[in-house]
Amino acid sequence: MEVVRINDLFFSYNGDFTIEGVTISVGKGEVVSLLGPNGSGKTTLIKCINALLVPKHGKVIVAGRDVMNYSRTDLAKMIGYVPQSHEPSFPFTVSDVVLMGRVAHLDIFQQPSRSDYAKADAAIKTVGLERLRDKPYTQISGGERQLALIARALAQEPLVLILDEPTAHLDFKNQIQTLQIIRKLSRDRDIAVILSLHDPNHALLFTDKTALMNGGRVVAFDEPGKVINRDNIARIYGIDVDVVSHRGHALIMPSIASNACLR
Amino acid sequence: MASTPVWRRGRFLFLLLLPIPAFFLSLLIGAYPLPPDVALNIFFSKLLYPIFQYPSTPVQESVIFDLRLPRILLAMLGGIALSVSGASLQSLFKNPLVDSYILGVSAGAGLGASIGIAFLPDVPGSPQILSFAFGFLAFLISYYVAKSKGETPVVSLVLAGVIVTALFSAGLSIIKFFTDVNRMAGVVYWLMGSLAITGWSAVLSSAPFIIVSFVLIYLMRWRLNVLSMGDEEAKSLGVNVQRDRLIILIATTLMVSAFISVAGVIGWVGLVIPHTIRMFIGTPDNRLIVPMSACLGSVFLLLADDIARSVTSFELPVGVITTLIGAPFFLYLLKRRGGNVWK
Repeated sequence: MEVVRINDLFFSYNGDFTIEGVTISVGKGEVVSLLGPNGSGKTTLIKCINALLVPKHGKVIVAGRDVMNYSRTDLAKMIGYVPQSHEPSFPFTVSDVVLMGRVAHLDIFQQPSRSDYAKADAAIKTVGLERLRDKPYTQISGGERQLALIARALAQEPLVLILDEPTAHLDFKNQIQTLQIIRKLSRDRDIAVILSLHDPNHALLFTDKTALMNGGRVVAFDEPGKVINRDNIARIYGIDVDVVSHRGHALIMPSIASNACLR
Repeated sequence: MASTPVWRRGRFLFLLLLPIPAFFLSLLIGAYPLPPDVALNIFFSKLLYPIFQYPSTPVQESVIFDLRLPRILLAMLGGIALSVSGASLQSLFKNPLVDSYILGVSAGAGLGASIGIAFLPDVPGSPQILSFAFGFLAFLISYYVAKSKGETPVVSLVLAGVIVTALFSAGLSIIKFFTDVNRMAGVVYWLMGSLAITGWSAVLSSAPFIIVSFVLIYLMRWRLNVLSMGDEEAKSLGVNVQRDRLIILIATTLMVSAFISVAGVIGWVGLVIPHTIRMFIGTPDNRLIVPMSACLGSVFLLLADDIARSVTSFELPVGVITTLIGAPFFLYLLKRRGGNVWK
């Protein structure tokens, strides 16, 4: 079932188009990756989906309704947004940060109740951060912070999860762990996931569909195995790669034949 | 909150009860010679009448109820207004160096109130209304000067506040220049920040605004946490950022300008108190910071005023005392924490 539909979306900043004619659809329990070089419009697209930016024309439909027609509160019950991890200003505890995910479910003068705490705790457990529950968010690693932000988005109880480069600044282990958790969440809870990635192999290993972006356009949108190939990679990244197969999985690596690997 | 450590609960209780001894201590201090036991007996005899009665002279009663009590209440209300507004603004701007004084709100409110005092003495409420209007105007100027690309960087905001303060202070000098000589002394003394020329009228004209604003901010104290994550995140989490921020800004400006319009410009409380609380209870959670700042802020201004009225044979402006305590404290904070004032 389709949860998110992006229809012929245009966004321009000061007259320069940064996104042109993007069309993508995401179903329940499906993980869609946005793959492309820096400046290809991934973050802009993500902000349009979350109604943080207003498109010039075209629509983002979430659960049958244009995101522009949602109130901020109602949209937050639909979309959980995980921003690129950042240095926070205040030493809130992990628990305090995750609890903030409940704000959309509370009135302006309401304080979080026991059931909000319970939901925050459940979200913390889902991402496996129980032991850091009362630690200041400023004193945990980048990977743990990313997981805390995912837990916060889960506490919103959304239909859709969008993540802006969830693997940026993470070490190898944390990259894989984070992607595994996202993959599992989407399967277990039927959440539609949209995330931007830098590594084509991550898209191949963890996502159901890939939108290959370049210059603000989606140049290909299909299963990652069909989209990520020699020609497309050469076209948008300008490097030669080999596609290899390992236990039935397609993976890519810098081409050895063209001396891209110098050792 | 669900699992507040015991040491934090203890400190919490300590801060919550601290205003009570401070209140009674202040009731005993004053120029008029009144033994402590007599002062307390007079106070309680009125409070517990007719269960408990105490023979006293009208002068003694007047000293307690018309001089000391309104002054004590005003100091406490002022402490609440200044420290809670400071805590709120720091969260709202993710900026440790911000309070109503730094943002120029105090200078603006000061100019507004002095226009009212100097030129519109016959219009009731004019100092309050003008104080709020000019305070809010000053804030808007600082904010829009500092804002670029949706961000308000620390340095820009502080600098903008300095410029706005300078501008409104110049306006104040012009007012002083044109003020009738007979009113001049009043304006000048009031400007230094003092609780000396107050009475019940000052309490009654400022208390409603301070209490209503405090209640609003208190109810939104958890939301302040979310707002402190920045605009984009707060929006994504489902907060109507424009609306909530406006409510908090109006409440802070209202409480500060209501106090300034009766007591003049008193600085540093809004910086010193929330920082002390954050260090003391070790969390940035505004659900604790807001009420605890109110408690400590009321005690701080009350004790500063006690010093102001008892340390010399004449009255010192309490603004001088808060600055003498606040400025070195902040210097220490900056030096010791290496610029990281949050932790």
